[in-house]
Amino acid sequence: MTADPKARAEVRRGWLLSAPALVLLAVGATGPLLIMLVYSFLEPGQYGNVEWVLSFKAWFNVIMNRDIFDGTLTFADAHLSIFWRSAKLALLTTFFAFITGFPTAWFIATRSPGMRTALLFLITIPFWTNLLIRTFAINQIIRNEGFLNTFLLWTGIIKEPIVMLYTDFAVFIGMTYVYLPLMVLPLFATIDRFDMRLLQAGYDLYASRWQLLRYVIVPVVKPGIISGSILVFIPALGAYVTPRILGGGRNMMIGNFIELQFGQGRNWPLGAALSVVLLVIVSVALIVYTRFATSGGNKHHG
Amino acid sequence: MVDRTFAIARLPGFATIAVTVFVLLYLPIAMLVVFSFNAGDSVAIWEGFSFRWYPEAWSNEAVKAATWRSLQIATAASIIATTVATMAALGTTRRRQTKGQSFVYLMINQPLMVPEIVTAVALLIFFSTIKVATGYQGLGYLIIAHAAFCTPFAYLPIRARLESMDLSLETASADLYASRWQTFRYITLPLVMPGAIAGLMLAFVTSLDDVVITLFVKSAGQDTLPTYMLAQIRRSVSAEVNAISTLLLLLTVVLLTAFFLLTRKRT
Repeated sequence: MTADPKARAEVRRGWLLSAPALVLLAVGATGPLLIMLVYSFLEPGQYGNVEWVLSFKAWFNVIMNRDIFDGTLTFADAHLSIFWRSAKLALLTTFFAFITGFPTAWFIATRSPGMRTALLFLITIPFWTNLLIRTFAINQIIRNEGFLNTFLLWTGIIKEPIVMLYTDFAVFIGMTYVYLPLMVLPLFATIDRFDMRLLQAGYDLYASRWQLLRYVIVPVVKPGIISGSILVFIPALGAYVTPRILGGGRNMMIGNFIELQFGQGRNWPLGAALSVVLLVIVSVALIVYTRFATSGGNKHHG
Repeated sequence: MVDRTFAIARLPGFATIAVTVFVLLYLPIAMLVVFSFNAGDSVAIWEGFSFRWYPEAWSNEAVKAATWRSLQIATAASIIATTVATMAALGTTRRRQTKGQSFVYLMINQPLMVPEIVTAVALLIFFSTIKVATGYQGLGYLIIAHAAFCTPFAYLPIRARLESMDLSLETASADLYASRWQTFRYITLPLVMPGAIAGLMLAFVTSLDDVVITLFVKSAGQDTLPTYMLAQIRRSVSAEVNAISTLLLLLTVVLLTAFFLLTRKRT
């Protein structure tokens, strides 16, 4: 295609310069994913790791159970309920992050330039702050002897501490807290480009504030809404640290369940198969997102 | 006119929600910091101001070892990530778009798209085989893993910097008979430097914060500060963890402030 030798040299130079990065990522990220796929088709070893025997048992076990006595097949309820809980919590987190994140992003975007930079910086700090520290901060607030319960007991509103830690509610609150900046930042980016004169036009045509929100603002900032939702949903679905610290041992999400297969569970192939499932769900979400984002973009240009 | 625009942009209840969000975003972190100075054991009842948790944390050998290990890994990983990211950015920007380029983008950004737990499990499988085969148990695995997921964070600011760069400077240098190397050394490199430093800092912070991948890749006795803290939180809550968190928080804020100043200055 590029017969021109100069252009070809340029392409070759580009590949040479990119090579170290590609090698690093092949060894430290992409390659191992392929090995993991292979492992999901093997037999579990007795003390962890695998036996090199081809087997579809792990994939079968993702959704089904074979009774060890009479061989009857049943759905793996435990697995399905963990999938369901993860999906539910991730969706709830995304929704609530949007409900609170949208007004916040709007508020930031409508401030004076100086104020805007300051507020954006305030959103960025938690984003870069250690996830563990932020989850731990929530843990300290909501535990039985934590700040919130101590305060409520002191005021006399409650007589007994409210048990919040190690519940699904705690995981939901924690995930909303830690992933909120991921919603606010892309929303801000689109609202910032929003032409406020459209609102003026809407008012002139006697639209109510609610109608403006519904028919003018939301359609225009839709790409930001989708980006923000995907950015929150993906890490929330695969969350490990937050459910571990706030959900305790019983309220597992997929991430914790996968870890279990590599620890006490000693079923590496099942763990690998579950990881592949998670990866597929995330990839589908990303593909849908790319489709939406590009088609949405075209509509506004056209 | 400006005032009018601001009035119409105001939506009912939005300001209240936004202010609440900001308060709730900082309240837990603020409490964490405040109680790192508590004289008592409690993380909820104030028993007076004291510095005791800081020397207490620092006199703990496990904390010292974990801190040192975290810094070693973050330094090595961020330098590797920034080096390969700078090279890749030079190779992928400022020229005609080709198919190969989108492949490079995809590879570099891959750690951002795959859930951490999945990468962690895949690395556990891969590295455990190598550990058995070679017998090497050192920090090398953690450094490679960290360098890989830090690369996209280093790449983004460098690429942004290169894309905003004026190509004519390099052409001018070539017109003045500078060699390729001289052009790179005296023109390109100084101009890329702010981007590379910004990338280095983001990579460093990202490495320092990692829990999940470290947890799966580390060999026995290779706790970093975050994995040490995770183990502590499970056992019991002591304000020692608050003190460590406060120091890490401080480090993040300092690095981020520097990053902001660095990337804002020339735009």
